[in-house]
Amino acid sequence: MREKRFSIIGSYQSKNKVEKVAKIIFIICALFAVVAVFSISIYMIISGTPAVYKVGLKEILFGTVWQPTAEEPRFGILYVILTSIIGTTLAILIGMPIGVLTAVFLAETAQKRLASIVKPAVELLAGIPSVVYGLLGILVLNPIIYKLEIAIFQDDPKHHFTGGSNLLSAVLVLAIMILPTVINISEASLKAVPKHYKQASLALGATHMQTIFKILLPAAKSGIVTAIVLGVGRAIGEAMAISLVAGNGANIPFLFNSVRFLTTAVVTEMSYAADIHKDVLFTIGLVLFAFIIMINLILSKVMKGGYRDADSE
Amino acid sequence: MPTVNSIYDKRVRLLDSFAHGMIYLCASVSILLLAGIVGYVGYHGISSISWSFLTTVPSAIKGTFGIAGNIINTLYIIIITLGICVPFGIGSAIYLNEYAKPGKLVRLIEFTTETLSGIPSIIFGLFGYVFFGQTLRFGYSILTGALTLSIMVLPLITRNTQEALKAVPSSYRSGALGMGATKWYMIRTILLPSAMPGIITGIILSIGRIVGESAALLFTAGSGYLLPKFGEYGEGLLKKVIQPGGTLTIQLYLSMEKGEYENAFGIAFVLLMIVFGINLLTKYLSHKFDVSR
Repeated sequence: MREKRFSIIGSYQSKNKVEKVAKIIFIICALFAVVAVFSISIYMIISGTPAVYKVGLKEILFGTVWQPTAEEPRFGILYVILTSIIGTTLAILIGMPIGVLTAVFLAETAQKRLASIVKPAVELLAGIPSVVYGLLGILVLNPIIYKLEIAIFQDDPKHHFTGGSNLLSAVLVLAIMILPTVINISEASLKAVPKHYKQASLALGATHMQTIFKILLPAAKSGIVTAIVLGVGRAIGEAMAISLVAGNGANIPFLFNSVRFLTTAVVTEMSYAADIHKDVLFTIGLVLFAFIIMINLILSKVMKGGYRDADSE
Repeated sequence: MPTVNSIYDKRVRLLDSFAHGMIYLCASVSILLLAGIVGYVGYHGISSISWSFLTTVPSAIKGTFGIAGNIINTLYIIIITLGICVPFGIGSAIYLNEYAKPGKLVRLIEFTTETLSGIPSIIFGLFGYVFFGQTLRFGYSILTGALTLSIMVLPLITRNTQEALKAVPSSYRSGALGMGATKWYMIRTILLPSAMPGIITGIILSIGRIVGESAALLFTAGSGYLLPKFGEYGEGLLKKVIQPGGTLTIQLYLSMEKGEYENAFGIAFVLLMIVFGINLLTKYLSHKFDVSR
């Protein structure tokens, strides 16, 4: 009796130690993400700010001339920022309706068998590496856009021909790239709408289409907004797919201008940049990072709103 | 009465058929795009694929091109990245799901995990270049690339493990604890095995993300394309870890930059096949997972 009691206590103590160590290890693992985000933020700020002191915040953010390797270098990235904002907006405007309606198709109108083929295909689309989109953009999209450009600007001597490498091409590539994200999340949120909403609407005499557009889509609103915000994040952060498609001139973001995004500026010049030029590229990275953090904060607000909706039901 | 009904029907039917048409139009645009992308890459890529394309490295003397070195580099990066982020990701998920009580710390951890998954790869690339490459002096190397990617992939592992743990019925937990198992014993012998299919799905998705990654690797892992030298006792294989090495996507980007589109399509085809295989594998696993439940 006594021995047994001893052994239980003994093993309890050693087990207790193991328990404590396990818990501490798990906490350390969990804190890894916190440490990572903090150190990324700190390093982005540390490496992004020196250029601001050297060149001046106003000159960088509101300057429009980008000549980093000239004798008197100029580092204005206003057009680069505008390109990212306008390019992303246009890509969302094109990609969102197509994506949401495809999601409606998959969740509501498609025959089961067709949906069971299309859905995995969309997932495949999500997994294709971004460089592959870039490759197709150069070889397929650029020639088509070039033809369009020639047709439009034939008689305009002032237009700089871009050979199809322009904002329009980049926007189309981005719109295609955000499709899988928008489709998958919108479809999931449409499917999560309680069945009785649909049944009640149909029972009241609404047609299928009225039910979709007046009941289901509004009910799935928070999921669709999430999809859009994630799409914005994906589009604004995409680099490799558009770096060779956009043409890379730091111009005003008009559709047929060769343009430079925040991301592509970093990708294409990082390999040869030096000194202040490199610092400015890190500042560009910092601007991009600020955009992303903003999007994340919006996203966490939207998600919270979504949960609240779900709770109140 | 019937007249009123019929007029009403007519008007609605017009709008309805327009909406219906839009839905079908958008869906067919999406489907055609996908079929077009896969078809185009397949058609142009399959002609570049040959035995020597897959098993040799580029040779300036013979004027040949091959991706064996890039395949090996990709494998190196996959293995090292997973070796770092899988333990951390699973540990983090276990803490969040089994130990943590709702509160500020949990919210912070979940918010940062969410943030990590939203940061674009180019930012990870810059961070890895400055922190691992310059501050820690790893330079352009496979190690730098793998460390960078392991931060990037972490949320994927954490979230999938968390989902899998949530799916384990709580009766398993109370059963094991009720029989006198300690918490860690319960996690080790009951929870982790039950959650294994979900964890493996997360790992496979991470492999997909690593294979497709390019912007985060350009300034971290560099662009070497040679095979590792074996050395006398195999130490060359270890040395490769601190040497630069470009993955398949990096080689694709470089080929594209140089205008060598034939090679680029060959690599794109290989990548597409890998993505396809990974998708099938996750489908198979999640299917099996569902059945076993």
